Amino acid sequence: MNQNKLTRLFVASVAMLVMLFSAGVAAESDWRRPWGVNLPQGVTSLSEVSYSMHMLTFWIVTVIGIVVFAGVFFSVWKFRKSQGAKPATWHHSTAVEIVWTAVPFLILLGIAIPATQAMIKMEDTSGYEMTVKVTGYQWMWEYEYLDEDIQFFSRLDRDSDRARQRNPEIRPRDVEHYLLNVDNPLVVPVNTKIRFLLTANDVIHSWWVPELGWKKDTIPGFINEAWAEIREPGTYRGQCAELCGRDHGFMPIVVVAKTQEDYELWVAEQQEDANGEVAADDEDLSDMGMDELMAIGEGVYGNQCMACHQAGGEGMGDMFPALVGSEKVLGDRDEYKSILIDGVSGTSMQSFANLSNQELAGVLTYVRNAWGNDEDGEVVFQPADVDAAR
Amino acid sequence: MSSHSKDAYFVPEDSRWPVFGVPGMVLLAAGFSIYLNGGSSGMPMMIVGAIITLMMTVMWFRDVIIEDVTGKYNAQVDMSYRQGMAWFIFSEVMFFAAFFGALFYARVFSIPWLSGADPATSQFLWDSVSLAWPTAGPGFLDLDYTPMGAWALPTINTMILLTSGVTLTIAHHAMKHNDRRKIILGLAATVLLGAIFMSVQIYEYVHAYQDLNLRMDTGIYGSTFFMLTGFHGLHVTLGAIALFVILLRVMRGHFTAEKHFGFEAAAWYWHFVDVVWLILFVFVYVI
Amino acid sequence: MTATTHDTHDAHHHGPPPGFFKRWLFTTNHKDLGVLYMLFGLLMFFVGGAMAMVIRAELFQPGLNLVDPHFFNQMTTMHALVMIFGAVMPAFTGLANWLIPVQIGAPDMALPRINNWAFWLLPAGFVLLLATLFLPGGAPAGGWTMYPPLVLQLGDSFPFLIFAVHILGISSIMGSINIVATILNMRAPGMTLMKMPLFVWAWLITAFLIVAVMPVLAGAVTMLLTDQYFGTSFFSAAGGGDPVMFQHIFWFFGHPEVYILILPAFGIVSAIIPTFARKPLFGYSSMVYATASIAFLSFIVWGHHMFTVGMPLAGQLFFMYATMLVAVPTGVKIFNWMATMWQGSMTFETPMLFSIAFVLLFTIGGLSGVMLALAPVDLQYHDTYFVVAHFHYVLVTGAVFSIMAAVYFWLPKWTGNMYDEKLGKWHFWLSTITVNVLFFPQHFLGLAGMPRRIPDYAVQFAEFNMISSIGGFAFGLSQLLFVYIIVKCVRGGEKATSEVWEGARGLEWTLPSPAPYHTFETPPVVK
Ligand code: HEA
Ligand code: HEA
Ligand code: HEC
Ligand code: CUA
Ligand SMILES: [Cu+2]
Repeated sequence: MNQNKLTRLFVASVAMLVMLFSAGVAAESDWRRPWGVNLPQGVTSLSEVSYSMHMLTFWIVTVIGIVVFAGVFFSVWKFRKSQGAKPATWHHSTAVEIVWTAVPFLILLGIAIPATQAMIKMEDTSGYEMTVKVTGYQWMWEYEYLDEDIQFFSRLDRDSDRARQRNPEIRPRDVEHYLLNVDNPLVVPVNTKIRFLLTANDVIHSWWVPELGWKKDTIPGFINEAWAEIREPGTYRGQCAELCGRDHGFMPIVVVAKTQEDYELWVAEQQEDANGEVAADDEDLSDMGMDELMAIGEGVYGNQCMACHQAGGEGMGDMFPALVGSEKVLGDRDEYKSILIDGVSGTSMQSFANLSNQELAGVLTYVRNAWGNDEDGEVVFQPADVDAAR
Repeated sequence: MSSHSKDAYFVPEDSRWPVFGVPGMVLLAAGFSIYLNGGSSGMPMMIVGAIITLMMTVMWFRDVIIEDVTGKYNAQVDMSYRQGMAWFIFSEVMFFAAFFGALFYARVFSIPWLSGADPATSQFLWDSVSLAWPTAGPGFLDLDYTPMGAWALPTINTMILLTSGVTLTIAHHAMKHNDRRKIILGLAATVLLGAIFMSVQIYEYVHAYQDLNLRMDTGIYGSTFFMLTGFHGLHVTLGAIALFVILLRVMRGHFTAEKHFGFEAAAWYWHFVDVVWLILFVFVYVI
Repeated sequence: MTATTHDTHDAHHHGPPPGFFKRWLFTTNHKDLGVLYMLFGLLMFFVGGAMAMVIRAELFQPGLNLVDPHFFNQMTTMHALVMIFGAVMPAFTGLANWLIPVQIGAPDMALPRINNWAFWLLPAGFVLLLATLFLPGGAPAGGWTMYPPLVLQLGDSFPFLIFAVHILGISSIMGSINIVATILNMRAPGMTLMKMPLFVWAWLITAFLIVAVMPVLAGAVTMLLTDQYFGTSFFSAAGGGDPVMFQHIFWFFGHPEVYILILPAFGIVSAIIPTFARKPLFGYSSMVYATASIAFLSFIVWGHHMFTVGMPLAGQLFFMYATMLVAVPTGVKIFNWMATMWQGSMTFETPMLFSIAFVLLFTIGGLSGVMLALAPVDLQYHDTYFVVAHFHYVLVTGAVFSIMAAVYFWLPKWTGNMYDEKLGKWHFWLSTITVNVLFFPQHFLGLAGMPRRIPDYAVQFAEFNMISSIGGFAFGLSQLLFVYIIVKCVRGGEKATSEVWEGARGLEWTLPSPAPYHTFETPPVVK
């Protein structure tokens, strides 16, 4: 290939990339689908603001980019020695330098004004109608409805969790909303100015649902504020957006926006549940065999506990205690059960009461007997034991 | 090297000290790491590493001094050393800036935020406690400690350090007039004052730990107090050692009224340590 | 013996010292050290690149396919640290070592022994850092930004990380002090500041930045260390500190650091474009002022990495405005390069190709930077692949491309042989095409919502990730060609003239190729 052809090829490929991008934007490709290329327009007034600021600057910088590319390519095409170009000798011009200092400055000024207005709007949490406190944990979210006395944890859903293992039983592609689904979503009403109070319990996380138009870090020991007023009922998905350790990629966020009536129904339901303690399900409480318990337990351990306590139960540094030879595990049965059922407050060892009795019995048995913890003989926990301890 | 003319820029042909000393630094760092991780081999490694690093420093400076004394350095080399020292001190200034920045941030931002300037944080996480500097933070309210006062010993110590700056300047003037006796007196006084300063600092630390219950883990106040004064103390010690070496060199007659950059470098360093102290005194002790 | 001109050396004094170890371990010669620095940078580019290949392989398709998430985090963290502190900074320092003395007519660097020390501290730092890969808990995995409290969970690798940063910091501070002293003190008579080649200017300012901010990083990590082991509370709210305080201190270092990674590139491109356009650089003095302005602004924009941490509104606005301002002097540079090409007489040897690609692709990275600078939208972009795309455009097609341009440009001067132009062009085209396949789709991923630093992703991101990974492997493989070309050129080839390039201007081109071991022992006089 000669030089000319190469250059044309290069021009063509760059032009194609630019076109691809623009075409995608023009088609408003759905960001939630494969080949999505652009920010969502979202469902709040803030997301509208960020989207329009984004499009505005996108077009401005695209034009600037085209000017630069065009200028360089024109020179390359026109002033080449092989075409007999003779070099000029000038190397200075105050006038043009002033122009290309001033023009970009003015362009930036033009962007800065709407950006400032947008920023002021984003920070204005006044006039809120309800408050949700969000707390990040390694690796789940806690939601507290300060006005409703509702509180719960929200983790990666079971299907995603199974599919994200090495050599999984189900493939990621077969899971609906792989990595973007949780067990208990945050439920909120539409058309209500919600104030979010964000904090974290262990390390920094960041709460981000693109369709709400912002993300905000959750800092341990401090509370950040943000707000949203969702226009459309629907399900909005996001993820933790600050590196928070091993399972940072696996702490999604789901917000379900309901109409005011549906929301109130939901609230009533929640409060009932809370009064009736753990939903009195007709779960099978009959005794199980050791092998069965160990098998269930190993699975639960891999999904729920391994991230912190590590594959061999050896723990990690000072943060996560070893379970091998742990006094808590080998000691008093009730205390051991309560660590799992109630959690250890103020630490990332949260309550696992959301697991079923069989699962809890399994993991209790597993941890108590695995890795040589059964030196003093086999100790078994049955679903009925767990149920009684709840 | 002999082939260099007197006015050529001196370029040492090779130097074994860096390559000799760098493994020492690795040992020092790795040993300290292992020690912090609770490994038993850490401490011996550290010691070996420290010895090697120290040897590198000594041998290296020895080479430099020999070259200097044998007249290998022309005015341009002298200028390079000046530049080098000046920028090195600038980098030290920036190192301290990080810690002063932390102090500033804690006092102007984080403490007020934790105690009400940021209502949600204070209300929901820290029971709306109110904090005033000095403080060990909202998590250590029942910690019983006494902040370090400014006016007794620290003030005296400030005077001591300032005086040492004066004695050093006296020595410098004497240097320019070739008054050996006065140089030695001035330098010796400076080193001595530095040593007194350090003794008082050590006394203050003991006092803080034993009587005031003021410790490194006394929240942000203890953290900033001990880190700033501690790193300053470390620099005073280094500066005093440098001045002491210079004192020995003066006694050996290494310097002349015209050419005494070694002296000046150590003096610059000392004045830098002095100025840091003044800022520190104001922001850590007084305000 | 009186000082002689460079063509009448006596053999004993003017050749390298005899013996491999004596020469390469103990050397104080700026050219030897420059070569060592550059080789070290190249090696680390491959080490860091191999880690990037692990990242791209894991991200090739959804699901956890190859590595554990914890190991993935180790790879991203180490990839960044190795590339920044091990590849790009040493490569630039190597170029500075080799070129600055010959460009300003000095016999050597001002502080040759310090130079040797600064170099050997690099392998020392990386021994400490890379050794952590073999520790029980693995290497650092908290991101190159080392945010507490996460970084405090590292376990055994933590103190190694801290001390490695200290040692690398000492290395770059010492290297930079040496460069500043050389430039200010060692210029040949007549080489006034405003006559210096722009590469020298760029390095003068870069070295100043390094001396100013590396100690701040050292202070920051020292506070991490004491928070972990000595009970201090700098970064814990309970003790009255703030985890975000670390971010302020880190980015006070971190933002100037990214300009440390680009200003020398500006210098290189400012040398190459006029050469192949056969026309003087347009607007020399405004180039100098622009570089200085960028450096100045770099100290007051750090907050743009922290728009989501909950800074007060006034702070966010200040950092937004200051950041946007950086586009102005940078634009001046871009436009000056364009004006240099305008009405030139251009040829397109490999260094020129890389430089042109630099101008264009860096602009893409810079323009996405301006988008990121807007606080209200950065709340969407932050910590997504849009940011990853941004910084790889400025770092890979910016810094790394400029280094490649520089290597092709000066290789004949270093070795005395011309490199294989045809292969060079192949390397260029392969790199330029694949690097865009690698990083351009990452803009889309980020906008469509893919967070960074995740080992696995929702299936809607699969297509672009696969494209990006394919581009990544291809770009990685293309770099093998680079090594081959260098090796081939060192071993032989068409002999280079002293001028090498038709349009070359500057003192280094008055020296024979390869340049003798000692040069300018008697300073040349610059008119
Ligand atoms: C070489 C390195 C380099 C360089 C040169 C830059 C250059 C710039 N960067 Fe970038 N940046 C990084 C490396 C670099 N960056 C890295 C590594 C990170 C991530 C760190 C991490 O989190 O791990 C980052 C992150 C980063 C962020 C934080 C994003 C986030 O985490 O949310 C922001 C936000 O403002 C930003 C902005 C900018 C800007 C405005 C420039 C400007 O300097 C760009 C200026 C250039 C131009 C604008 C193009 C040319 C100009 C014209 C043609 C004139 C006309 C233009 C206009 C009028 C717009 N960068
Ligand atoms: C100068 C700095 C620099 C350079 C040169 C690069 C170069 C590359 N980077 Fe990196 N990168 C960073 C600085 C840099 N990066 C930083 C600062 C981060 C942020 C880290 C953090 O979040 O903390 C980052 C993060 C980062 C990520 C995001 C990780 C995450 O968020 O999870 C990715 C993902 O694609 C990536 C990819 C690459 C690739 C493919 C290259 C390629 O250009 C590399 C090409 C080179 C080679 C491949 C080596 C040569 C070839 C061989 C070894 C032969 C073998 C080849 C094959 C087997 C194909 N980098
Ligand atoms: C997010 C991290 C995390 C997860 C997930 C986790 N733990 Fe823990 N665990 C901890 C921490 C932290 C502690 C220490 C609490 C304290 O300080 O007392 C702990 C303590 C324990 C203890 C007491 C051990 C001792 O010696 O103090 C047991 C038993 C335990 N966990 C079992 C489990 C089981 C079983 C699971 C899974 C069902 C699990 N953990 C999941 C973090 C976690
Ligand atoms: Cu939580 Cu990332
Ligand atoms: Cu920045």
